[in-house]
Amino acid sequence: MKDKIVLGLVILLSLITISPIILIIGELIMKGYRQISLDFLIQNTPDTYSAMTAIANGERIPGGIANGIIGSLIMVAMAAIIAIPLGVITGVYLYENPGKRMANFTRNISDILQGVPSIVLGLISYLWVVKHITNGYSALAGSASLAIMMLPMIVRSTEETLKMIPDSLKEAALALGTPYHKVIFRVLIPTGFSGMLTGILLGISRVLGETAPLMLTALGSSMINTNITKPTSAMPLLIWEFYNDPNMIDLIWSSSLMLMIMVLLLNIISKQIAGKRR
Amino acid sequence: MKLEYFKMNSDRITRIVLSLVSFIIVIVAAGMVYSLIEGSIPAIKTFGWKFIFSNNWDPTSGRENYGALPFIAGTMITSILALLISLPLSFSTSLFLGEYFKGTRVARILNMLVDLLAGIPSIVYGLWGFYVLRPLMIDLGIGNQGFGVFTSSVILAIMIIPYATSLSNEIIAMVPNDLKEAAYSLGATRLEVIQTVTIPNAHSGIIAGYILSFGRALGETMAVTMLIGNSNKVPDSLFGTGNSMASVIANQFGEADGLKLSSLIAIGLLLFLITGIVNALGKLIIKRMTR
Amino acid sequence: MTDTIADIKNPALSIDNLSIWYDKNKAVKNVSVEIKKNTVTAIMGPSGCGKSTLLRALNRMHELYDNITTEGKVLIHDDNIYDMSTIKLRREMGMVFQRPNPFPTMSIYENVIAGYKLNGIRLKKKEKDEIVERSLRDVALWDEVKDSLHKKGTFLSGGQQQRLCIARALAFGPEIILMDEPTSALDPIATSKIEDLLVKLKESYTIILVTHNMTQAARISDYSLFMYLGELVEYGKTKNMFTNPKDPRTEQYLTGKFG
Repeated sequence: MKDKIVLGLVILLSLITISPIILIIGELIMKGYRQISLDFLIQNTPDTYSAMTAIANGERIPGGIANGIIGSLIMVAMAAIIAIPLGVITGVYLYENPGKRMANFTRNISDILQGVPSIVLGLISYLWVVKHITNGYSALAGSASLAIMMLPMIVRSTEETLKMIPDSLKEAALALGTPYHKVIFRVLIPTGFSGMLTGILLGISRVLGETAPLMLTALGSSMINTNITKPTSAMPLLIWEFYNDPNMIDLIWSSSLMLMIMVLLLNIISKQIAGKRR
Repeated sequence: MKLEYFKMNSDRITRIVLSLVSFIIVIVAAGMVYSLIEGSIPAIKTFGWKFIFSNNWDPTSGRENYGALPFIAGTMITSILALLISLPLSFSTSLFLGEYFKGTRVARILNMLVDLLAGIPSIVYGLWGFYVLRPLMIDLGIGNQGFGVFTSSVILAIMIIPYATSLSNEIIAMVPNDLKEAAYSLGATRLEVIQTVTIPNAHSGIIAGYILSFGRALGETMAVTMLIGNSNKVPDSLFGTGNSMASVIANQFGEADGLKLSSLIAIGLLLFLITGIVNALGKLIIKRMTR
Repeated sequence: MTDTIADIKNPALSIDNLSIWYDKNKAVKNVSVEIKKNTVTAIMGPSGCGKSTLLRALNRMHELYDNITTEGKVLIHDDNIYDMSTIKLRREMGMVFQRPNPFPTMSIYENVIAGYKLNGIRLKKKEKDEIVERSLRDVALWDEVKDSLHKKGTFLSGGQQQRLCIARALAFGPEIILMDEPTSALDPIATSKIEDLLVKLKESYTIILVTHNMTQAARISDYSLFMYLGELVEYGKTKNMFTNPKDPRTEQYLTGKFG
């Protein structure tokens, strides 16, 4: 009897645990789908005045989030370009030097970095890039903070993936007289590629939704900006702007829905790749 | 001959390149600590220890004073409360995944949904909290227009569930089957097996999971910013408003310079240290276990 | 112990007073042996006797472990392998491992020429085709895989995979092939195919084989080395050793007293 009650409780609480995900996605779809159209994807954000007029006339708010989408793509891509090679090579180094003091130290540092709150990474990128490199808010500063965030995730997933490759594969390559760098780049990395890709995609999906560090670094822009030394918008930054502007409230849900779709897609793709490997 | 010489040394070169590139992450981390400390110096010099213990945050020029206590308190209270709220939920979920329905289809789907919970951006949690949870709190008569410590903690609790769950579920699933079978063969019920075998064998891993999820809660910014009420005072009750360390940085950074900027950086440094200690503790427990 | 090998002239490989330490632990103790060309030489002994370490020392794969000390010489054509670059040495020595380990990202075709690919040696398409066909014929795999050369090597059965790995080792045209219990992960049928293959291959190659399977050594090897606790106990013609072991420890091992 007591057994059954506990089991019932476990099931009930587990259902409560997952209910938010269903409620949140449901809310986004219900409130957000109406605004989504081609225009929403290819136009820039409207100014407050035109949004206000549209609402007063009972029309759909004009404009879209193209500046946010492009900005997010630019910043996430730059972050990935910085973080992937560094992260993969560091992961290889950790895998190749198990038990060495320097490798353990580096691993601990990477773990600590992974736990640093994203807002602190924003502060750092502000102090380094905004103040000293671009002399102002910029896409570069935004991607620097995102890159520092991705780096430890990639390090970890690379090392974990390589650990699952049997040693004999590396030995086979070495026994053929293969130079060490070719063992790494032609055997180890290709063999672990899908595992590393999973980690990379998860890392990208994580930074794609980051708002706080970008508030301190990229700031935002109402236009599409491709100059990486100038302030740039991003999807989560737009959501924050819409949230703070009573005239734009209607755009919150559709832009959040778009962001969620992109994040979830990346998540699902990476899980799919991970599933295939098993 | 020259080519041969180069090839002999190419392995060495590769090793050196690997170590040098890997050292970058160490430099980044060291640089972070350096820059945070350097940026905090004006605030530390002006306020000293009072910075941590003063609850007066006043940017009015002439009587400028920055004390971080309201934010430290806000961060600590919301995170601890979030941990308490998430405990029964994530513990039940990890029992569901790692014990009762281990390896079943239902467990896989549930696990996927919990994973998705970790994928939702913080700002979306904030919106949902603002537009769905806050009205609910108002209906329940809680807090000041639904804002406050409690509302933020509920959202934080939902956000950290996947972190606590994934680790403790893994550890629970790792408890050897033959131990459990031995207990069953002695006539123990499932609940008794959980109490006498599963939990004692997995408890330090479960605790580590909670510590790491607590670390997550400490640094969470957007959702808390949107729900805590952003009043720069130590919360007077669980349902009162307050502010957190991460939120005050996000909110006040835009217009900050001089001593205020330095104070915000000092809060960042404090946040860095606190989360660092909490995470190191969690990792230490895991390391002890897996050894 | 050396009297039986007086007939080895112009050896494929001479091991001269070789000792290897892991940390302070002496795993191979002052071993001196000359390996005859175009023979199968089996290294036997109970587990932990140093046989794998000795084999790996011949293409310096043992140096992958930490805190290794090596003393003594191994000569090929009067060159000490410890003075050569490992890359050059390993190209002259093929190696086959316990478990079949074709590269999972490469096709059967690419696996065979992996040695060339990984060493950055460019070949014309025709040369590559020739090498692939010759090597696969050598291991009697050609007829089985000639229509699926561009499929992944990991789709083959265990025995086929192992023959593919031997082909990969042969493709470089080494003089010596080192084998570390190459059949221990295979079923009896696949094992006997590999054994037949080794007997055929010794016409063109010198094979050094670590095995813990005494009957396998008896079946296919010409010479045998018996090691115990890092020491070379006995070395001689396999036939002589199995019928008339000189050292009591060899006899004990061969009659199943330990190991």
